[in-house]
Amino acid sequence: MISLDKITKTYNKGQVEAVKEVSLEIKPGELFGLIGPDGAGKTTIFRILTTLLLADKGTATVNGFDVVKDYAKIRSSVGYMPGRFSLYQDLTIEENLQFFATVFGTSIRENYNLIKDIYQQIEPFKDRRAGRLSGGMKQKLALCCALIHKPAVLFLDEPTTGVDVVSRKEFWEMLGRLKAEGITILVSTPYMDEARRCDRIALMQKGSVLSVNDPEGIIRGFPGDLYGVQAANTHLLLRELRSYSGTDTCFAFGDALHVTFKGDQPTAANDRPADNSAAAALLPYLNSKGLNDARLEKITPGIEDCFIHLLKD
Amino acid sequence: METVIRTERLTKRFGDFIAANELSFEVGKGEIFGFLGANGAGKTTAMRMLCGLLAPTSGKASIAGFDVYTQTEKIKRNIGYMSQKFSLYDDLTVSENIRFYGGIYHMNRPAIKEKTTLLLEELGLRNEAKTLVRELPLGWKQKLSFSVSIVHDPGIVFLDEPTGGVDPVTRRQFWDLIYAAADRGVTIFVTTHYMDEAEYCNRVSIMVDGVIAALDSPAGLKQQYGSDSMEDVFYELARKAKRKAD
Amino acid sequence: MKQLSTFIRKEFLHVFRDRKTLLMLFGLPIAQIVLFGFALSNEIKDSRIALLDYSKDAVTTRLIGKIEASHYFDIRRNLASGEQLNAAFKRGDIKMAVIFPQNFGDDLIHAGKATVQVIADASDPNQATTITNYFESIVTDYNAELSQNAQQPLQIRPELQMLYNPELRGAPNFVPGVMALVLMLVCTMMTSVAIVREKELGTMEILLVSPFKPIYIIISKLAPNLVISIVNLFIILALSDIFLDLPVKGSVALLVGCSILFILTSLSIGLLLSINAKTQQAAMMGSLMGMMLPTMLLTGFLFPIENMPVALQVLSNLVPSRWYFIIVKRVMLKGLGFSSVWKETLILTGMCLFLFGISLRNFKIRLQ
Repeated sequence: MISLDKITKTYNKGQVEAVKEVSLEIKPGELFGLIGPDGAGKTTIFRILTTLLLADKGTATVNGFDVVKDYAKIRSSVGYMPGRFSLYQDLTIEENLQFFATVFGTSIRENYNLIKDIYQQIEPFKDRRAGRLSGGMKQKLALCCALIHKPAVLFLDEPTTGVDVVSRKEFWEMLGRLKAEGITILVSTPYMDEARRCDRIALMQKGSVLSVNDPEGIIRGFPGDLYGVQAANTHLLLRELRSYSGTDTCFAFGDALHVTFKGDQPTAANDRPADNSAAAALLPYLNSKGLNDARLEKITPGIEDCFIHLLKD
Repeated sequence: METVIRTERLTKRFGDFIAANELSFEVGKGEIFGFLGANGAGKTTAMRMLCGLLAPTSGKASIAGFDVYTQTEKIKRNIGYMSQKFSLYDDLTVSENIRFYGGIYHMNRPAIKEKTTLLLEELGLRNEAKTLVRELPLGWKQKLSFSVSIVHDPGIVFLDEPTGGVDPVTRRQFWDLIYAAADRGVTIFVTTHYMDEAEYCNRVSIMVDGVIAALDSPAGLKQQYGSDSMEDVFYELARKAKRKAD
Repeated sequence: MKQLSTFIRKEFLHVFRDRKTLLMLFGLPIAQIVLFGFALSNEIKDSRIALLDYSKDAVTTRLIGKIEASHYFDIRRNLASGEQLNAAFKRGDIKMAVIFPQNFGDDLIHAGKATVQVIADASDPNQATTITNYFESIVTDYNAELSQNAQQPLQIRPELQMLYNPELRGAPNFVPGVMALVLMLVCTMMTSVAIVREKELGTMEILLVSPFKPIYIIISKLAPNLVISIVNLFIILALSDIFLDLPVKGSVALLVGCSILFILTSLSIGLLLSINAKTQQAAMMGSLMGMMLPTMLLTGFLFPIENMPVALQVLSNLVPSRWYFIIVKRVMLKGLGFSSVWKETLILTGMCLFLFGISLRNFKIRLQ
């Protein structure tokens, strides 16, 4: 449905490499996530696919159309929600929707069933100007406007950034329902936890793709065992773990620290660490440093753990 | 523990609208205090009052011992502030930014020089002293922003969503800086959208519809709401909010 | 105090690192001094005048010699009749005509005085006054010279006739100039800002990624400004008729037609400016600095173009308002028809088509 073949894009006469030889294939009806922090190249890829930017090298197609030669055809058949909320601030919700429906040669009524679930949440405010909506509502309005013409492909560039947790959850639920309608959705987000909701994801950093797989596959690709270590004094725990000779990597994750150990032979999920491994020796070490309540358990890595790990290489 | 922030029924009204409603809490020295809430819950209003930028309608508050109604200038001198939207001037170099903020906070020339050397060393930016800030990667900018916000060694620093958009490793390095500052006795007042960062705090308060709906340590809150994560706790509280459109 | 100096220092740094603003801050005053000091002046030299000598005697010959010797006038000899003079005035070929009647010298010697007829084009009253003053000062000198050697004072009296604007009102010169300026500024600024605003807000992105043809975006940005400008035009014409007693002497339809042409030209300049401007502020600055200055200085209503250095005269040919100004003066003040303005109209049409052509071609259908 969407394909990129060695797409490269630079800015400032080659000084800034925004996208470096990225190749991706997105299947019809897939909910595909581009996951990565700012500067990863997500927005640039979106702009190339929606034909707003020309790549320096490489080719790309959307719905069978080439992004350079057939840009007009792509432009009439996709829905796009850019990074900043690009709607008319001084038009009301209803006026915005009406405008975009007309621009796409359709009407609100024609595809109402598609946007109904989302629109009903903002409908009570339909006479309020878009500029005076909260982040969550603007995002719902933008989604409606992008869907109004029942596009074959939906491009959503960081739709949940800066939006509160509740709205973010609701948004992903809406995406799931849209996927059920057969729309191919390419969505980008810096929030790693949202990656779980996608069929497949591409982890990106500084213009390159680190890994492409379904979330489970990415997690399976985590080398070695991951342990969660906890203690009441997390801060002290962090310090001691970093100075422990057996620690390979150690990163804070909320109230636990995720740790990998050196010289580790990966064990099966439920096995305890081998007796002479660095993992097994950790608790005694921590106890000797005054952390008597420290706990250690093997855990399943999350997307963020995998991302951090891939960054190292 | 010494109390550095104390509020008593702090309220702010805009006409009929009560943005912040009778907030009462205390923050101790060296504490990392997480200040959470959905958009529109009243977080920004509350922070502005604490920074001396907005006069409260009623109630009391003192920051670093200074009264929020009558001693706002002293408050401003004794706090640091960093927001995601802006902290540094893009078209000035790293050292020029440090020098500027040092001057704003009444530091004298030798003190600024010393601090500059120290900061650059700490952040590993010695070679970038004369680089324009706009040419720094986002992660370095964030870390520099934080350091600059405490260039004058304030007792309290307010961080408004400081880690948006950076990669996971940089985010954690940022929190290392926060921990280091807290160890030195700086009180950290931070808001964030990342729920795992809420766990790094000593205590967390969650605002909903203008009031503080919950205030406790992360472990305490999770126990109270029977949840595994701060995200679930937050979700439980936030989804009952009435103020959705603002 | 230290805070203040720190902040001031920072502000200086901001200013000096912004190349474009710097160029304007220093470049503009320098350009203005050069222009006003050396290139633009209210002095008038080499004005084209016609001389008709029906007397051809020693007195007239000598006076004509003095006129020729002064640097104020560029004399055209090839006009021989009243109709030719009239036509020349209408075309704007001459600014003044001096007519010596038959027996001029005889009248002077026998009666002690003689009248020389002077007709001046007063559509620019300042210019007319200046030229006629030059002439009168030459005559006064001559009078003094003649009187020296005679028994009685001899007096040549110029009889002045101001064409098109006998009361020497400023309005006839001012109103067409204001029309050109206002229409040009409004169209350019409003159009460029409207397009750039869309870019700045990000709504342009969504519009582009839609079946909405880019040409429709352009038309919808131009349309309101076109309508507003036409309304403005009628308001100006009505006001100048009612309050300034300056009705349109010629065909209103022709004037409106040419005005619409000028409006379209200005709109296309606005379009062109919007292509490279990234912010609304830049668009506004570009319109003001880029268009206001040339329009004010090189249209010809504040400073006569004929008196500018050749380089500026050539430059003024590129300014659309210059041609529109001529058309308005001829149609509105002199009551002339299409046959007198076809050349200017053609030039304006050419400019319009050219500018539209370039701006449409360069209108960005992509973000970069």
